[in-house]
Amino acid sequence: MTLRDTLALAWGSLIHQPRRTLLIALAMSIGVGSVVVLTALGEGARRYVLEQFASLGTNLLIVLPGRAETTGGAPGVLSGQTTRDLTLSDADAVARLRGVARAAPLNVGVAQVSRGGLSREAVLLGSTADMLEIRHMRLGQGRYLPPGPSDQATPVCVLGEAIRAELFGAGNALGEWVRIGDRRFRVIGILAAQGQQMGFNTDETVAVPVAAAQQLFNTESLFRILVEVRGREAVPAVKESVLALLKTRHENDADVTVITQDAVLATFDRILTALTLAVAGIAAISLGVAGVLIMNVMLVSVAQRRSEIGLLKALGAPAASVRLLFLAEAGLISALGAAGGLILGLAASFALGRLYPVLPIAPPLWAVAAAVTTALVAGMLFAWLPAKRAAKLDAALALARR
Amino acid sequence: MSACGGVVGMIELDRITRGFQVGDQLVQALREVSLNITAGEFVSIMGPSGSGKSTLLNLLGLLDRPNSGTYRLDGLDVTGLDEVAAATVRREKIGFVFQFFHLIPRLTAAGNVALPLVLAGVAPSERKERVARLLADVGLSGRADHLPAQLSGGQLQRVAIARAMSMNPAILLADEPTGNLDRATGREVLALLEDLNQRGTTLIVVTHDQEIGARAGRRILMEDGRVVGDSISPSPSGVPQGRGFIRGSGRGSEAQTSANAESTVPPSPPAPPPRGEGSKP
Ligand SMILES: Nc1ncnc2c1ncn2[C@@H]1O[C@H](COP(=O)(O)OP(=O)(O)OP(=O)(O)O)[C@@H](O)[C@H]1O
Ligand SMILES: [Mg+2]
Repeated sequence: MTLRDTLALAWGSLIHQPRRTLLIALAMSIGVGSVVVLTALGEGARRYVLEQFASLGTNLLIVLPGRAETTGGAPGVLSGQTTRDLTLSDADAVARLRGVARAAPLNVGVAQVSRGGLSREAVLLGSTADMLEIRHMRLGQGRYLPPGPSDQATPVCVLGEAIRAELFGAGNALGEWVRIGDRRFRVIGILAAQGQQMGFNTDETVAVPVAAAQQLFNTESLFRILVEVRGREAVPAVKESVLALLKTRHENDADVTVITQDAVLATFDRILTALTLAVAGIAAISLGVAGVLIMNVMLVSVAQRRSEIGLLKALGAPAASVRLLFLAEAGLISALGAAGGLILGLAASFALGRLYPVLPIAPPLWAVAAAVTTALVAGMLFAWLPAKRAAKLDAALALARR
Repeated sequence: MSACGGVVGMIELDRITRGFQVGDQLVQALREVSLNITAGEFVSIMGPSGSGKSTLLNLLGLLDRPNSGTYRLDGLDVTGLDEVAAATVRREKIGFVFQFFHLIPRLTAAGNVALPLVLAGVAPSERKERVARLLADVGLSGRADHLPAQLSGGQLQRVAIARAMSMNPAILLADEPTGNLDRATGREVLALLEDLNQRGTTLIVVTHDQEIGARAGRRILMEDGRVVGDSISPSPSGVPQGRGFIRGSGRGSEAQTSANAESTVPPSPPAPPPRGEGSKP
């Protein structure tokens, strides 16, 4: 029997029971569709996060106090309670290392910012002039923090756009004074509005010289040192020299962690890919359910069509042809379901993309291929038992009855 | 496969036994049946219910296997053929006609007749031509596009006969082909089968109908799994001439037909008339 005839015969028996066929195909469609939509969402989230990271620059090193337990680079997994603080002179030393384009110390905290009767809480960043370049921020008006020795607590500040709007409204802000904590600062610059960037909304920050921030927060230590390396290739080497330098500065104690942007990126990539896979896997379970449905319906079908199977055998169909015929039926239903599921999934992804334009929602090709393949394989796999049963049917017995 | 080439239709059974295990009881359906059937013969098999007629026919059609004994078809031992080879022999040498027609309800008359050709991988264009001729042969040219539900019993059986003949088999096996038809329709169907036999097909019919049984050139009587009677009349004109049923055991009856059984060169069938295209697709 040719494949074409096999498919034609199988198709004939499927359209003979259109409702049954459509229902199974629908179950398959829902499985395939949900895999497509959920992976599209997961992939969208992953790409969104990666794009955000890339916008920070890929040759960035982040130095933080404390030794990281794992090599994964997740900050926060810290060991050893007695860690030596990072200091401003550490930051200056790092900035002088070979291969370092610029380095900026960073202190972060929350402070009350007020002007006249207006007041609000803002994220206060203590840093130096180099921060602007390192973090790829854009200036709207005025200047950024002044260059010069980092230990000078000049009372100047740079406002995020949202803070400016709140404190000054339509009025002029440049050159005006604001109160931060218990000190007064002159506004020397305003950041351009750029919105959310990796959890930091720069619009809602206020930047001051790092020494001023340390006075405000009453601390000698730094939160981070951000290092921009000359060229991406130099990143591993510079990372090593930063570690070596800080080790000697810290009495031969390797008590800092240097994470690269690449490592963070890779970690996020891994986490989000795993998440997407997990979600896709859960959706794929519904394909298994559809497979069980196919098996059930096919078993009934084999029982109902005993005499037809017996006849085919009497007419000279070997067991293999009978088996193939039933597998073809399952395959066709699955293909039908997969096609329906693709249409369903792509339409839903498109609609979601319209609903959340910031997320680059598109089902990854691998997921589409995997969903369709899983549907076909599940259909055939679950049809295997019924098909085998049909193939093994005793023709003489099947034909004896009506 | 050499076993499948050519249209002959000679059957040799040697001490065939077939039993069925029902619970812890062994039901002997066939007990040492030995039988030779020459190509082109018209054989009727009669006997009481449960005497093993259908079991014998299933064995002849390679739908079943004996527990012991050998079955030679056109000189080739087919007793131990594997499943695939047996299917090939069925496809190319044997046609079946059943009491309950067994047409596939969702296929048209033409679709049902084409089924063996589809299974044999005959190309659609050739299929169409052959199906048209087969339906014309059974007088149903106008019904090609009818579904089984739209046909009468006699028409259904004629479609089934056309289907059985579509691969131009050497042997036609019919298990109570008129069992579900009224007398007049049964006669028509039998006439059709006889006509096919006249054109050279070996015809073996299991029946409960004395009239039909008597029309066969050779009448085999079964009882309790044994061949207890085997008579040949020179002319297939109905009434047995001279020799009546000869009673005896399976082996005894074999002796009575030794004319065919022992000869290495079987008598040629009554002038094999020109058949349609070869049985090879
Ligand atoms: N598959 C089977 N399993 C068990 N017993 C069987 C099977 N097939 C046949 N038999 C038994 O074998 C014996 C012969 O059965 P068979 O069908 O050949 O009889 P028959 O002569 O065709 O009868 P009928 O005229 O009623 O069709 C019976 O006793 C039957 O019950
Ligand atoms: Mg019977």
